[in-house]
Amino acid sequence: MTETIILARAQFAFTVGFHILLPTFSIGLASYLAVLEGLWLTTGRQVYFDVYKYWLRIFAVGFAMGVVSGVVLSYQFGTNWARFSDTAGPIVGPLMAYEVLTAFFLEAGFLGVMLFGLKRVGPRLHFVATCVVAVGTLISAFWILSANSWLQTPAGYAMTPNGRFVPADWWRIVFTPSFPYRLVHMVLASYLSVAFVVGAVAAWHLPRGRQCEIARLMFSMAMWMALIVAPIQLIAGDMHGLNTRDYQPAKLAAMEGDFDTEPGTPLILFGMPDLDAARTDWAVPIPHLGALIITHSWNGAVRGLKSFPRQDWPPAPYIFWSFRVMVGIGLLMITLGGWSLIQRVRSRLYEDSWLLRAAVAMGPAGFIAVLAGWTTTEVGRQPFTVFGVLRTADSTSPIALPAVATSFAAFVVVYSIVFGTGFVYILHLMRRPPGVGTTETGVLQAGAMPADALGPGPHPALGG
Amino acid sequence: MAYWLPVVWAAVIAFAVLAYVLLDGFDLGIGILFAVQPREEDRDVMVNSVAPVWDGNETWLVLGGGGLFATFPLAYAVIMSAMYPTIIGMLLALVFRGVAFEFRFRAQTTRGRRAWDLGFQVGSTVAAFCQGMTLGALLQGVRVVDRMYTGGWLDWLDAFTVLCGIALVLGYALQGACWLILRTEGELQRSARSYARALGLAVLGLIVVISLWTPMLNDIYWKHWFIFPQILLTAPVPILVILVAWAFWRALQRHDDLVPLLCAQAWFLLCYAGLGISIWPMIVPPSISIWDAAAPPSSQLFLLVGAVILLPMILGYTSFSYWTFRGKVRAREYYQ
Ligand code: HDD
Ligand code: HEM
Ligand code: HEM
Repeated sequence: MTETIILARAQFAFTVGFHILLPTFSIGLASYLAVLEGLWLTTGRQVYFDVYKYWLRIFAVGFAMGVVSGVVLSYQFGTNWARFSDTAGPIVGPLMAYEVLTAFFLEAGFLGVMLFGLKRVGPRLHFVATCVVAVGTLISAFWILSANSWLQTPAGYAMTPNGRFVPADWWRIVFTPSFPYRLVHMVLASYLSVAFVVGAVAAWHLPRGRQCEIARLMFSMAMWMALIVAPIQLIAGDMHGLNTRDYQPAKLAAMEGDFDTEPGTPLILFGMPDLDAARTDWAVPIPHLGALIITHSWNGAVRGLKSFPRQDWPPAPYIFWSFRVMVGIGLLMITLGGWSLIQRVRSRLYEDSWLLRAAVAMGPAGFIAVLAGWTTTEVGRQPFTVFGVLRTADSTSPIALPAVATSFAAFVVVYSIVFGTGFVYILHLMRRPPGVGTTETGVLQAGAMPADALGPGPHPALGG
Repeated sequence: MAYWLPVVWAAVIAFAVLAYVLLDGFDLGIGILFAVQPREEDRDVMVNSVAPVWDGNETWLVLGGGGLFATFPLAYAVIMSAMYPTIIGMLLALVFRGVAFEFRFRAQTTRGRRAWDLGFQVGSTVAAFCQGMTLGALLQGVRVVDRMYTGGWLDWLDAFTVLCGIALVLGYALQGACWLILRTEGELQRSARSYARALGLAVLGLIVVISLWTPMLNDIYWKHWFIFPQILLTAPVPILVILVAWAFWRALQRHDDLVPLLCAQAWFLLCYAGLGISIWPMIVPPSISIWDAAAPPSSQLFLLVGAVILLPMILGYTSFSYWTFRGKVRAREYYQ
């Protein structure tokens, strides 16, 4: 049975991990497209529309992959977590069903108009469709993060004698203590991730002297986003951490690598938490800084893992490291934003080849941070599925090992083929020179460009 | 309240599943028909005829699953674990067919394009087959002890489930053919008509076989169909099936564009009603009724408020989307 649990968890983590990359892309890109089309309609400048069309094709491919990977998830709660579904379904289920009713239908209903309907409905109604899709992605984030936050910081429920959850106060269920932070942090993460993709694509094309106005516009917009949003994300993340300190202190201790509770807790920059020995080896501590960040006082104490029952400890090494990856990327993003400001002031934004190179290299950074962030959140919730109440070991389905093993293998194979190919297609679309071949029939022309005659394949420069 | 809420929700979920079968049915049917329609241009037209709406159609499946999770969590948990292989099979197949819409137009080489055409065709067929088998397995009943499925992982596999799978594949193909009659013209429409003729015959035959087989699965179904006074209610179903068949062939003869699709959907509706007659009020035959599986009233009520307001809006803008893309489709219309 334990192998079955591990495989079922691995399968779930694999599919949800793949899925989340695509919503991140869709949420950010949909809003970007809405902004571009709005600018086009209000200023009448063609360049906005050119950029819009450039990214619309890419959006369509990403969105299709987001949809199919999401459909898988909505059934996987039952296939992999039957006991969880039975006991927590009355609470998590309605939140996810509201997501379908308020968001998925909206997105799906207007996506067709957005992708194919410009000529049929005219620019104004088309702009409405773009906005509706963008809002739909945000509503989707609202509900699913509400569901996820309830699992992290459950509230507003009662238990039946036979251990099932019953909703008591829907307001408190939807707006659990960690929800506002998670929603803000995730939406900002999506915007940042897409900004860095847009920036990378522009930075890759700029030195190749292609369609400068379009590439410049993309790069400039992306760097403004980096400059403004990355620091906000740091603040949002810090507040999120304080919330975790209050509601999931064991997770926080694992993130920090703190086993003992001592006044003036140091900040452990790097190290290797060892659960068996209950200490962090090779630690590089900065005295008092941990206390300063987390308790906002010089001599404050962060509760260490040893103050929690051993069977409630999350697997600290993963969380410790994933957290550092995320924060590290956040700091790099802030650096790039600042650097771009300096060059912008000196009017060298598009000429600094090192800045452009760095921007290309940072293209995938947002997605890595998103995966790292979710790993921190979800692994940090272990060993519970509903934090503090329902254990993962009590959440499983009565399915046989061969069934899970076969299906896991099938998922790995299918996802690698399908999403691998999709990734290659997206890179291909990004290699189209902006402004060329984005006219109505242009996708075919772009396919015939010499630059594309090299055939399919991921481009090293875009892979970072 | 505790009596009526589950009844209302059973109706809403049934509606969502029906909407799925009627709408995604023809999308999947188009994929299935790729098997007999090898010409590249025809395929482009076929895909373009559903490209703007397929995503919305598939969302009804998400509502069916998500709604079941929310309002009958026990049924969701039991069905998903009992039917594990067919559900996973369906999901993986839907992955292939969903991305194929985009990918077949993004492929850089003819070989790549062929590969995604195959993905579209096989994905659609396998998804339909798995859905049919899931249904057949559910009809046969699921072994449950202490709120959990207790059977083996291949319990569902037998002749009846396979037959249901085949029936759904052909049924969707029929819907797909009728959709093409409505949305295309010329040579493609002509061939769609001849497919519809053959598929109509096959589907009618399968309806008869499965309808006779189902009541024999257990006494309860038998009683629901053949004992007085129920028989007064059930007798019209077969009669209507025959009437629809007559209208269907007449419409094909007269080259009507819309009526064949309506007839094919009417067949689905009638079979669906028949299914309802058999299993009501069970949601997981033979032992879990809708009241056993229901989420607490507070959950069902909370979601019902939203459903009552939102479902009409959804139907409204879905119609708008269909209306926007009405009329005959041509080769390079949406995707090129
Ligand atoms: C509505 C609920 C919900 C939502 C929105 C998410 N998860 Fe989750 N996640 C679960 C509900 C859940 C769960 C059902 O509760 C699992 C299954 C087993 C477990 O422990 O929690 C889980 C496990 C789980 C695991 C395995 C952890 C482990 O077993 O150690 C990972 C890596 C993720 N999730 C990742 C994610 C990502 C990347 C998400 C972003 C989309 C995400 N989760 C959203
Ligand atoms: C593990 C829990 C999750 C489940 C069960 C789930 C379920 C789904 C489903 C069923 C779809 C397809 C909808 C359609 O048919 O159009 C979807 C797409 C989507 N999901 Fe998720 N999802 C999960 C996590 C998330 C999270 C955490 C977010 C956001 C922060 C998110 C945001 C989205 C968005 C924006 C879409 C739109 C389509 C796209 O991705 O391009 N999902 N999801
Ligand atoms: C810059 C400094 C950052 C800090 C201090 C920070 C802090 C945090 C904290 C405390 C959590 C919550 C873990 C939990 O308790 O559940 C979190 C989660 C997360 N972070 Fe960050 N973060 C930062 C940057 C980023 C960046 C740049 C991204 C992506 C572009 C990102 C994406 C995420 C995601 C997707 C999650 C999981 C969802 C959530 O719980 O909100 N973070 N982060």
